[in-house]
Amino acid sequence: MLDPPAIRAAGLRPVWVAGGLVAVVVAGVAGLSLGAVNISAPRVFLEVLDHLPGLSIDSGLSAREADIVWQLRVPRVVLGFLVGGLLAVSGSSFQGVFRNPLADPYLLGAAAGAGLGATLAITGGIDWELGPFDTVPLAAFAGTLLAVLLAYAVSTVGGRDTSPAVLLLAGVAVMTFMTAVQTFVLQREADTIREVYTFILGRLVTAGWSEVRLVLPYAAVSIAALVLLRRRLDVLAVGDDEALSLGMDVTRTRIAVVAFAALATAAAVSVSGLIGFVGLVVPHVVRLLAGSSFRVIVPLSVLFGAAFLVLADLVARLALSPAEIPIGVVTAFFGAPFFVLVLRARRRLV
Amino acid sequence: MIGLRDVSVSFDGRRVVDGVSLDVRDGEWLNIVGPNGAGKTTLLRVLAGLTAFDGAFTIDGRDARSMKRKELARRVALVPQIPQIPPGMSVAHYVLLGRTPHLRPLAGESRADLDAARSALERLDLLAFAERPVTTLSGGERQRVLVARLLAQDAPVALVDEPTTALDVGHQQQVLDLVDELRHDHGLTVIATMHDLTLAAQYGDRVALLDAGRLAATGAAGDVLTEDSLSALYGARVRVLRDGDSLVVVPRR
Repeated sequence: MLDPPAIRAAGLRPVWVAGGLVAVVVAGVAGLSLGAVNISAPRVFLEVLDHLPGLSIDSGLSAREADIVWQLRVPRVVLGFLVGGLLAVSGSSFQGVFRNPLADPYLLGAAAGAGLGATLAITGGIDWELGPFDTVPLAAFAGTLLAVLLAYAVSTVGGRDTSPAVLLLAGVAVMTFMTAVQTFVLQREADTIREVYTFILGRLVTAGWSEVRLVLPYAAVSIAALVLLRRRLDVLAVGDDEALSLGMDVTRTRIAVVAFAALATAAAVSVSGLIGFVGLVVPHVVRLLAGSSFRVIVPLSVLFGAAFLVLADLVARLALSPAEIPIGVVTAFFGAPFFVLVLRARRRLV
Repeated sequence: MIGLRDVSVSFDGRRVVDGVSLDVRDGEWLNIVGPNGAGKTTLLRVLAGLTAFDGAFTIDGRDARSMKRKELARRVALVPQIPQIPPGMSVAHYVLLGRTPHLRPLAGESRADLDAARSALERLDLLAFAERPVTTLSGGERQRVLVARLLAQDAPVALVDEPTTALDVGHQQQVLDLVDELRHDHGLTVIATMHDLTLAAQYGDRVALLDAGRLAATGAAGDVLTEDSLSALYGARVRVLRDGDSLVVVPRR
C-alpha cells in the first residue's frame, strides 16, 4: 500500500528560493554590465566573484571598467536591491495585516508620509547620526506611521472590515494631502522645485555608499522582523475573531507588523523618494507563482522585489539614454496596468 | 468543567446577556437555543474569550480572564458559523492553523504539529483533499475541514456556532453525527448554539433556553422544549411530538 501523502507545512520550497536568488543574480549582473558603457556580463560576474572572500579569479576587466563597476554601478545596484526588497516586503505585509490585496506602501499613503517626515527632518535641520542610525529615516518612519494610521482611521469611519477599495481611497486622500504639505514645505525653501519633483517621481541615485549605509541598518531590522512574523499573517487571514480563538494576540501582532512595514517603507523612501507599485506588483506575482501563504510570499517578495527594482532601474537608465527617466515613472508604467489586472481578477473571485 | 456565574454582556448600555449562571460538565454536550437576538452567539463569544463581560467564567476552577490567549485556545476551540476562508489556502494548511496555540513564539510547526494535523485529516477522510484550496470544496466538505481544524487544535472544549446553517438535512445530520463521534472518541465537551429545535433535542445531553439574554430554563430537552415555553418565548405555534426517545418540534398553521 502506498503511504498517504505527507502533510507539509506551508513553507518555502527550495526551488523558489533558488529561483529568487537566480533572479537577483541575473538582475544584478545586468545592472552592473549595461549602461552608458557596456561591459561584458560574464566578466562582470567573474569580477564580483573575485571579490568574494576566499575566491581569486581574473575577470579580464580593464582598470577603467572595474572602476565603473565598483564605484558607480555596485552602490546603485545594491541600493536598488535594498529599496526593492523593502518596498515589496512592506507591501506584502500591509496586504496581510489589512487583509487587503490592494495595499501598497505607495497607495496607502505610507510612502508619502515617509516623504513628508524626511523632508521635515532635512529642512528642519534634524539630520543627525546616532551610531549606525541616521535620523532622517526615523523621521520618515514617524511620517509613515502617521499616514498609515490616518488612512486606516479614515477608512473605518463607516465601520470596520470595509471593502478593500475604501482603504485605498483613504490612502490616496492621505497621500495627496501629505504630498501637498511636503511640496509646500519644499517650495518655501528657495529653488528646490526640481528636488520636489524628483522626490515625488522617485529616483535611485547614489553618491558612493552613503545611501546604502543610511538604509542598511533599517533594512536589516525591518526585513528580519517581517520575515519572522510571516506565519502570523496567515493566521490573521482567517479574521480577527478566529485568530483570537486560535490563541493569537491580534492587536499586538497588528501593531508589530504595521510598525515594521512602516519602518521598511520609511527606510526605502528616505533614499529613493516615492516609488510606486513595487509593493503591489511583486507580492502578487509571487502569489501567482508560488502560492498564497504569507510564509512564502513575504520572504520571496524580498528577493523578487530586489531583482524587479534593479531591472526597473536599468530601464530607467537605458530607455532615453543618456538621459534618465525617474524610476518611479518606470514602476508606475508597469504597475498601473497590473493594478487593473488585479482588480479584474478580484472581481472574478468575489 | 466550565462555570459561568452571573455573566452579563452589555452593548451600548443594552444588556444582551443578563446574569447567566451555568455549569457544563466535562464530556457533556449542551445546546444553547433561543429566539433571534436572545444572546446565544454573544454567550458563545464570552466562552471563546471574544467579548468583555461582567461576572465570572472559570475553566476547571481557574479564572478564564487570567489566562493568556494561548492558554485559553489550548482549552477552548471555536468553530465559527461563517468562517473566513483565505482565498487559495489549502485544506492541509488551513487545518494546520489549528496548531497555532501550540507553537512557540515566531516558530513554525514541528513534526508533532504536522502529525496532529495529518491525523485530523485522516480522521475526517480529508487526506485526498489536503492540497485542494478550501474555497473549492462544497459546504459539507468545508464543515468537515472546520471540524478537522478543531481536532488539530486539540482543545478539550469545543464551541460550535450554528453548525447546521446553510446545510441540507443530510449534511446537517452528518456534521452533528461527526461532532458526536468525536465527543465520544476524544472526550470533548461540546457547547453549541442551535437554530433547529428538533436537532437540538436529538443531539446533546442538555438544552439551555435563552430569552432576552436571561437563562429561561436548562435541562433535558423534554423538560425545556415544551409547547408552552416555545409559544411564550418564540411566539410560535408549534406541536412538540415524541419520536421514540427524542422530540420533534413541528410548526403548525
